[in-house]
Amino acid sequence: MLVYLARRVVYTIPILLGVSLVCFALVHIAPGDPLVSVLPPDASAELQAQLRALYGFDQPYIVQFLRWLGRALQGDLGTSIASGRSVTTEVVTAVGYTLRIAVLATLIGFFFGSLFGFVAGYYRGSAMDRIASFVSVLGVSVPHYWLGMVLVIIFAAILGWLPPTGKGDESSLWESFRHMILPAVTMSVIPMGIVARTVRALVADILSQEFVVGLRAKGLTDAGIFRHVVKNAAPTALAVMGLQLGYLLGGSILIETVFSWPGTGFVLNNAIFQRDLPLLQGTILVLALFFVILNLLVDMLQTALDPRIQRS
Amino acid sequence: MSAVDIRDLRVTFGGVVRAVDGVTLSIERGEVVALIGESGSGKSVTLRSLMRLHPPRATKMEGTIAVEGRDVLAMTPRALADYRGPIVSMIFQEPLLALDPVYTVGEQIMEIILRHEKVSRKEARARALALFERVRIPSPERRLDAYPHEMSGGMRQRAMIALALACRPKVLLADEPTTALDATVQIQILLLLRELQRDLGLSIIFVTHDLGAAVEVADRIAVMYAGRIVEEGTARELIRNPRHPYTIGLLKSRAHGVMEKGTRLDAIPGAPPDLARLPPGCSFAPRCAAAIESCQIEQPPSFVVEGGHRARCFRWKDAPAQLGAQALGAA
Ligand SMILES: Nc1ncnc2c1ncn2[C@@H]1O[C@H](COP(=O)(O)OP(=O)(O)O)[C@@H](O)[C@H]1O
Ligand code: SF4
Ligand SMILES: [Mg+2]
Repeated sequence: MLVYLARRVVYTIPILLGVSLVCFALVHIAPGDPLVSVLPPDASAELQAQLRALYGFDQPYIVQFLRWLGRALQGDLGTSIASGRSVTTEVVTAVGYTLRIAVLATLIGFFFGSLFGFVAGYYRGSAMDRIASFVSVLGVSVPHYWLGMVLVIIFAAILGWLPPTGKGDESSLWESFRHMILPAVTMSVIPMGIVARTVRALVADILSQEFVVGLRAKGLTDAGIFRHVVKNAAPTALAVMGLQLGYLLGGSILIETVFSWPGTGFVLNNAIFQRDLPLLQGTILVLALFFVILNLLVDMLQTALDPRIQRS
Repeated sequence: MSAVDIRDLRVTFGGVVRAVDGVTLSIERGEVVALIGESGSGKSVTLRSLMRLHPPRATKMEGTIAVEGRDVLAMTPRALADYRGPIVSMIFQEPLLALDPVYTVGEQIMEIILRHEKVSRKEARARALALFERVRIPSPERRLDAYPHEMSGGMRQRAMIALALACRPKVLLADEPTTALDATVQIQILLLLRELQRDLGLSIIFVTHDLGAAVEVADRIAVMYAGRIVEEGTARELIRNPRHPYTIGLLKSRAHGVMEKGTRLDAIPGAPPDLARLPPGCSFAPRCAAAIESCQIEQPPSFVVEGGHRARCFRWKDAPAQLGAQALGAA
């Protein structure tokens, strides 16, 4: 198991290197002058050249990349052109915000997704199945900014139960939590739909297997068999949940905009529109890093849970 | 009281497929009966009916099944669950599919013990270990912690047998317990079953494609065709004096060396009838060389040949001669 783990960790190194190269390239291939947002329109050519040299944009790409990578390895992702603050700080703060609602959204989505999935898988073809399937399709296909706005109208504007936007007073845990609920619920419909579909298919497949007949033949009741269904479905269902968390970490630009939530989606959005190259690169790199690590964790979890996967 | 008494059992799936169509069979305590017949003749369905393992909504079961004096078809779900395991249990054809892949075999054996008896986990584990020793699994302590896919086919089938015996059942149902195994392992498993049967006084119904295995292990043999038992008798009676053309066909295919151990009983020309549209007369008529006109119109009843030897054939007296059974007997 330890050897397996070590090998998996080593395998992620080339992946991360590739990821950083791709994200560096993508950002630089895009047309437009990176300094346009900070330079006054009438800046002299001399000033432009000075700033360019200051940020290192005058160097060949390969030098820029290696420098950037070298600093990144030490935790320094450069300085945001727009705000002048450290990219690392900005990204870490944004990830922190997104992580909060993403985790909450994943938990909500996993809970209801599993619930719908189990009901639908157990009672295939019944009205319950159709309702659960409808809800899960809705979850994947409904526009999230729209859902977000509907929720805001209902729960904030009409009922007044929850705050409509913002992150709230962070010294109060309860206030912070109340601000997280609407964005997290809005975000949760995606993992909910996907988890519901996955679990439904898993449960249907498990129930059709011969070993379920074997369990009946042992005198197990439906409750006793349920335990086996859960344990068989768990590795895949949890893996899907982990990957969903990864996707949600990218933040949803639309959801974070609707709720003015200062997460990664929000930061990426600003970085793109302001052509803030260091911030854009840094954010993408950190997100990619999270995603790769999460994948690794999911894989290891699955290996630990599922005895059928060879640990070699 | 017989261990198993099946009367005129009819099992219909989805309202049309008559997989079992009037099976009457009784098994004495301590007796081993083999069910043989081509694939699709209703052997597994008959066996599973004894534990009511068919999907309840899609299945209609008629007739009566009494096991150790209990009316199986009248049982409540609770009574049924209590009955499965300690009274009757089953050995499946493919243990790799019949065992849960994500639990160790030890856990699965402990589970059935804990389900039916008030014992501690420690005791249950000790019992599982003793069972593994009983079915002669080497390094049993270690093997208890193995997952099904980590064992060889033969070991897995031994573990399956241990599981089936865990709650000391009175009746053991074995659905082609050796079909998935290599020839040498098949023999070991058959011998093990026979030994356990003697030691524990089990009644066994044993389904097989393999006439050789049936003769080896069974006291009596029942031959199934299209959901009916067409001939039954002791192994000796059936081999020496077969009365039904289908049985004769099976024996012939074997006598000609076509039927090696484990091969399918498919040496008779033609195919079994569609169970959703059974002919009005004898269901073997379309393939039968001895068929006469009345075979097409009426179903043959079960004729008594001698003692417990019965055949469902209008021509049970003369069909064998016509089909050359004498030559067979001489071979
Ligand atoms: N659950 C089921 N639903 C519908 N048909 C079934 C079911 N189980 C078995 N059958 C059908 O019943 C017939 C007899 O099957 P089976 O008893 O398994 O044959 P075998 O003699 O090979 O064991 C087959 O035609 C099979 O397709
Ligand atoms: S009853 Fe007629 S058709 Fe059926 S097996 Fe006997 S001879 Fe053949
Ligand atoms: Mg079968």
